[in-house]
Amino acid sequence: MRRVYPNKDFCIGCHICELACLTAHSESKDLIIAVREEQASGLRPCKAVYEKGPVCVSLSCRHCENPTCVTACISGALYKDEETGKTKYDESKCVGCWSCLMACPFGAIRRNPSKGKIIKCDLCEGRDMPACVQACPNAALSYEDR
Amino acid sequence: MTYVIVGNGVASVGAIEGIRKLDKEGRIIVVSEENTPTYGRPLISYFLAGKIGLDRMSLRPDDYYEKNNIELKLGSRVTALDPGKKTITLASGESLGYDKLLLATGGIPFMPPIKGLEGSGIYNFTTLAHAETLIQLSQAIRKVVVIGGGLIGLKAAEGLFDNGLSVTIVELAPRVLSAAFDDVAGKLVSNRLENEGLHIRCGNTVEEVLRGDNGDVVGVRLTNGDVLECEAVVVAIGVVPSLCPAKEAGLNIRRGIKVDDYLQTSAADVYAAGDAAEAYDMIMDDARVTPIWPNAYSQGYYAGMNMTEKKKEKHPGGLAMNAIAFYGMATASLGLVNPAPEDGCDVFTYVDEERQAYRKLVFRNDKLIGYVLVGDIDFAGLYTGFVRFQLPLTDEVKQDLKDGQPSALLWPEHDFETRWTPECE
Repeated sequence: MRRVYPNKDFCIGCHICELACLTAHSESKDLIIAVREEQASGLRPCKAVYEKGPVCVSLSCRHCENPTCVTACISGALYKDEETGKTKYDESKCVGCWSCLMACPFGAIRRNPSKGKIIKCDLCEGRDMPACVQACPNAALSYEDR
Repeated sequence: MTYVIVGNGVASVGAIEGIRKLDKEGRIIVVSEENTPTYGRPLISYFLAGKIGLDRMSLRPDDYYEKNNIELKLGSRVTALDPGKKTITLASGESLGYDKLLLATGGIPFMPPIKGLEGSGIYNFTTLAHAETLIQLSQAIRKVVVIGGGLIGLKAAEGLFDNGLSVTIVELAPRVLSAAFDDVAGKLVSNRLENEGLHIRCGNTVEEVLRGDNGDVVGVRLTNGDVLECEAVVVAIGVVPSLCPAKEAGLNIRRGIKVDDYLQTSAADVYAAGDAAEAYDMIMDDARVTPIWPNAYSQGYYAGMNMTEKKKEKHPGGLAMNAIAFYGMATASLGLVNPAPEDGCDVFTYVDEERQAYRKLVFRNDKLIGYVLVGDIDFAGLYTGFVRFQLPLTDEVKQDLKDGQPSALLWPEHDFETRWTPECE
């Protein structure tokens, strides 16, 4: 399956991927409204940019083959889609126990503080190319089958 | 190939998925004492508290058993196992033959020897049926005592309190959550619960359940002589492995059913997983019964794969972990959190009383082997990575972890490359 892979050598730490992710997952699909209004009501990007000295990298869910988040999920909200290989998330089932957030050794799951539910990369359901990959100005994110 | 799985909890679900990954054809029979399709057992506390309805209890979609071609025998108790003849016997007298058997029998509530505990008015909190009973009970009574200040006890207490009862938790240890937490984190949680209006009595236990002339529970007497009035007692100290039919069949048992690295018991073609099993723990470097959800699934999954004989894969080892929230106060604890002095660990703690935040990191040599987080749990997974993959830490990286700034950029280069950006998956 195709996954999003980061490239530390190219990442410039601009956080544009986070903004693209935020917009893609917003109600309004509008950057300004997503940042100004929807973020205040709990919307968060699925991506996080980490920095250490001159090095930076943009990370999100790896859609692992045997994901520990699915193992840890007590409500059936997280599951593996056998056809696509994606690690999927049904928000309506999440009870906000944070077990997955703790269990994922990649730290790829975040909290929506207002909803009391998790936020996780869905590889931009319904788009051909995840918004983060498309938006990256320096090809520091690739969407490929390895 | 005929697979029989005894139990229908998450270890059983893991096994179904492990088997079906490699064997789409084999016959799978699941035998369960409970009467419902598999449900998220920890969700019973959400159900008791009225946060979710029955419609959200199921762990897998309604067509799960059909889609996976599972023969389900609900409400059936297994009474005997004959590993020689490779059969199990049900309470109905029916006998089932197997090629591979999984004992995922789970745990049963631990009932301490307390005077007056036999009789009416005594409840447990480990099944959906228990939760339904407690909801009904809440409408009939006003005061309840919960014995046990561990995770199950506190969640039972919280749910009963949310149903309008006056609740007192009685815990033998000097603090609540003594197994999974330390003093400071335990205190933060008990303060939170007490602020909501729950009563907590630590360093004390119930010596006798007091009953009226008609046998009804009227109160409990504690070891210090205090008497607490109540109309019911919930015993929620924890669970012990359910050893039927393993014990009678002569399987090797210590605390739980002993299994090897492949989850096989001492009997050929018989496997065990979940709360009933005593399996290798990666941090303790020894076999342990660790009755927690993710271990149960993953043991079931590996047992399932190994039962197909199409793969022989070692289980990576259990890792104790608990994430649980009390009235909005999020907590996470993982790995070894209360090391003994002779364990030679370096323990770091940080408390922010005002923000009700706490962080404890346990290092052994140059590795992180456990943590407790209260309040700020957003970075929990990043800490987990260091424990799970046993990543070596330099002093500089250790300091970043202590400062509350874990990051994948602190991973050794090789680990980052092979785990985050492998050349092929």
